[in-house]
Amino acid sequence: MSSIPLPEPSPDVLARRATIIADLTALAGADAVISDEDGRRAFETDALTAYRRMPLAVVLPRTTEGVSAVLRYCHANAVKVVARGAGTSLCGGALPAEDAVVVGVSKMSRVLAVDYANRAATVETGITNLAISAAVGPDGFFYAPDPSSQLACTLAGNLGMNSGGAHCLKYGVTTNNILGVKMVMMDGEIVEIGGAHLDSPGYDLLGLIVGSEGQLGIVTEATVRILRAAEHARPMLLGFESSEAAGACVSAIIGSGIIPVAIEYMDKPAIEVCEAFAKAGYPRDVEALLIVEVEGSESEIDDLLGRLVEMAKPFKPKTVKVSGSPAESARIWKGRKSAFGAIGRISEYYCMDGTIPLKQLPSVLTRIAEICGGHGLKVANIFHAGDGNLHPLILYDANDPSESDKAELAGAEILKLCVEVGGCLTGEHGVGIEKRDLMRHQFSDTDLLVQMRIKSVFDPDWLLNPAKVFPLAAQAAFGEAA
Amino acid sequence: MPATVRPAAEWELSSLIVDAAERGKPVEVIGAGSKRGIGRAMQAALIISTSGMRGITLYEPTELVMSALAGTPAADVEAELAARGQMLPFEPVDVGPALGAPSGRGSIGAVFATNLSGARRVAAGAARDHLLGVRAINGRGETFKSGGRVLKNVTGYDVARGLAGSWGTLGIMTEVTFKVVPRPERTATLALLGLTDELAAEVMCEALGTPFEVSGAVHLPRGMAGRLATPALRDAGQAVTALRVENLESFVSYRCGKLRERLAPYGEVQRFDGDVSLAFWGELRQLSVLQGGTKPLWRISTTPTAGPKVVSAVGRYMAVEAFYDWSGGLIWLEVPDSADAGATDIRRVIAQHGGHATLVRADIGVRAAVDVFQPLDPGVERLTRGLKAAFDPAGILNPGRMYASL
Repeated sequence: MSSIPLPEPSPDVLARRATIIADLTALAGADAVISDEDGRRAFETDALTAYRRMPLAVVLPRTTEGVSAVLRYCHANAVKVVARGAGTSLCGGALPAEDAVVVGVSKMSRVLAVDYANRAATVETGITNLAISAAVGPDGFFYAPDPSSQLACTLAGNLGMNSGGAHCLKYGVTTNNILGVKMVMMDGEIVEIGGAHLDSPGYDLLGLIVGSEGQLGIVTEATVRILRAAEHARPMLLGFESSEAAGACVSAIIGSGIIPVAIEYMDKPAIEVCEAFAKAGYPRDVEALLIVEVEGSESEIDDLLGRLVEMAKPFKPKTVKVSGSPAESARIWKGRKSAFGAIGRISEYYCMDGTIPLKQLPSVLTRIAEICGGHGLKVANIFHAGDGNLHPLILYDANDPSESDKAELAGAEILKLCVEVGGCLTGEHGVGIEKRDLMRHQFSDTDLLVQMRIKSVFDPDWLLNPAKVFPLAAQAAFGEAA
Repeated sequence: MPATVRPAAEWELSSLIVDAAERGKPVEVIGAGSKRGIGRAMQAALIISTSGMRGITLYEPTELVMSALAGTPAADVEAELAARGQMLPFEPVDVGPALGAPSGRGSIGAVFATNLSGARRVAAGAARDHLLGVRAINGRGETFKSGGRVLKNVTGYDVARGLAGSWGTLGIMTEVTFKVVPRPERTATLALLGLTDELAAEVMCEALGTPFEVSGAVHLPRGMAGRLATPALRDAGQAVTALRVENLESFVSYRCGKLRERLAPYGEVQRFDGDVSLAFWGELRQLSVLQGGTKPLWRISTTPTAGPKVVSAVGRYMAVEAFYDWSGGLIWLEVPDSADAGATDIRRVIAQHGGHATLVRADIGVRAAVDVFQPLDPGVERLTRGLKAAFDPAGILNPGRMYASL
């Protein structure tokens, strides 16, 4: 897996490395700068581990002003910057470059203010996703977006990628749960946008910033929406003999007017592996499994699950199993949330992240099996069925370089398929380097031009998170035209 | 009155814009024109309306998604959704009648271009939160798309959301794709009478902090409550604090019961069901209590707990009448006529408490003299100017409508 081209580092910047490190050390303090090889190696990749680049240096400031000073210096000296949270990006969004300084926010992880009356919390963005919920959980509140990596990933990364999770069918994704940010621009200017109130005045800069993959600025503080947790939540399992039946059942549920808080889909290979790992009680004799979770009081939950069971009947489920206890619910979710890890124990895999219209599910799954089979590869599918976000996990043998290249080819074909049927390249992981050169399959030259002009408004010299998101050829053409 | 053209297709609109950009001729962009009275008045030689581009182009109820050409009347969209038991999640307010225009005329494109969400916004998010994709034409005449028709999509920058709330100054949306939600089976209203603004905000925040999914929280001080059309809530002659609970029938009863227990310390909690409840929230969507007046009207967003403080602080400078939505965080504020419609004092108060204020209704002369939209901080203003220049370098799309020099 090595076919994605990365630009050659600038010899000029590499030649200035010693000076740059000395300057950064003077600016940020020796304890905030990592310049030795062993130290930098910890930052050379993210969760797309096939790609590695040693950064020029790593700086971990402790304050917004510290981030500002570093960016001002880099701007003045034409040094590129790669922003980093926890480095859990699956698309190479946090991949460093040899001629770029990594600026990480991991030492800025405090909860600054919690305001239950106004249902808002202000935090530093190096905080992990789960730590926000943990901080307000004892008082019955939570922060809604819940990506699978929530134990490790930072809010900064979530903001960059507009992260989702299993429960966003009801609660929305990151952009729907952010009220305000403090952001450092590439030239060092600190800008505050929004606040604890609803809706920003003027243009929707928050909308542009969230999901911009660290290319517009570095967000150091954010005010997030916190919500009161439901009284109770309970999942149930519905197993079906075909993906058609499971997909039709999801349509019937949503069409009925009941929106569960989550509808997760697993195919047979995914069920096998997750069950072996988590002992969640998943049925092994079905082709497709739905985990459907509802919330409310205990009696409301009984009522809703009863309705859902009735709704499922026309699709002849082989398994109908309502969780009988909080412990069982936890096991059911553990199986799903550890799917990536469980599959990683048996094989290397390449995780895809397209989104498709729900009714295309059966035909898309058939095509995915054909694509992977054509390359001699196996695939397991996990699907946020309620919102159409599909994660095919393409299994390959890491000891065989040709297999990893095939996985990359199969992945690209699958994403093109998602676009063809009316969906998109990425539902929650982001573009990064991984899908950068596939963008032309979804967007016209003009569509990309409109986006690149926005990049130039925020970062005129294109120093932030270079060589990501936009096809390299499109970036080059844009640079020449400018 | 300048000429109004209604292009029927994207290419036609595009060629009009290319022509205007070449000549540097400003264009006023409207949908149906129902919100034309908001913002600074413009002197454009040409008005372009999207009302020639109509029709629902995609509706998948089981995928919770709809697409419509921008000029489609929002009322048509809502009727089509209602026929399938669904609705727009953010309950857009119809500001037309409060501005002296007829009701129910707005276009779906303008709903998103102005991002004016109603009572449900406090629980369900704003119009911009449900915008999934757009097709649009920028001030260069380029046709582009952003987003798509699926609920989860992080492919490229979120340009669609960037256009939401830009009032036609960055581009003209030609087609919008948005998330829809099921219409609740039952709606009930819990009301407390006679609360002060401060206590009302406390009650509303308390209710929204429960797990019972309160989907609307409004407070009408006595004067405003007296303007209600719903007799059950008007005739008590007292301030009305109202909470909306929506769900399946049996759930609504349980949740109302729990909320009444919780709110009992604040006084008697009355419950209204059926037509009374629906009529009450329906008239608020039309801003009924603000209709017929001509006094300057401000729309202020701040935090719910700051809401009453903002009103009381502004009240020290002038006689005000307020109606609170969004748990106290959205204030519709009527102020006496004056040269600046109270802008200086209101903005000074806002600076202290946080938030933003928009002058929604005022004489054309006042709107030309004051900042109708909240003035921006220097950093944000620089980005705003940059975006305007990127989308509309000739400055022809609704110039001056949001900000005098933009």
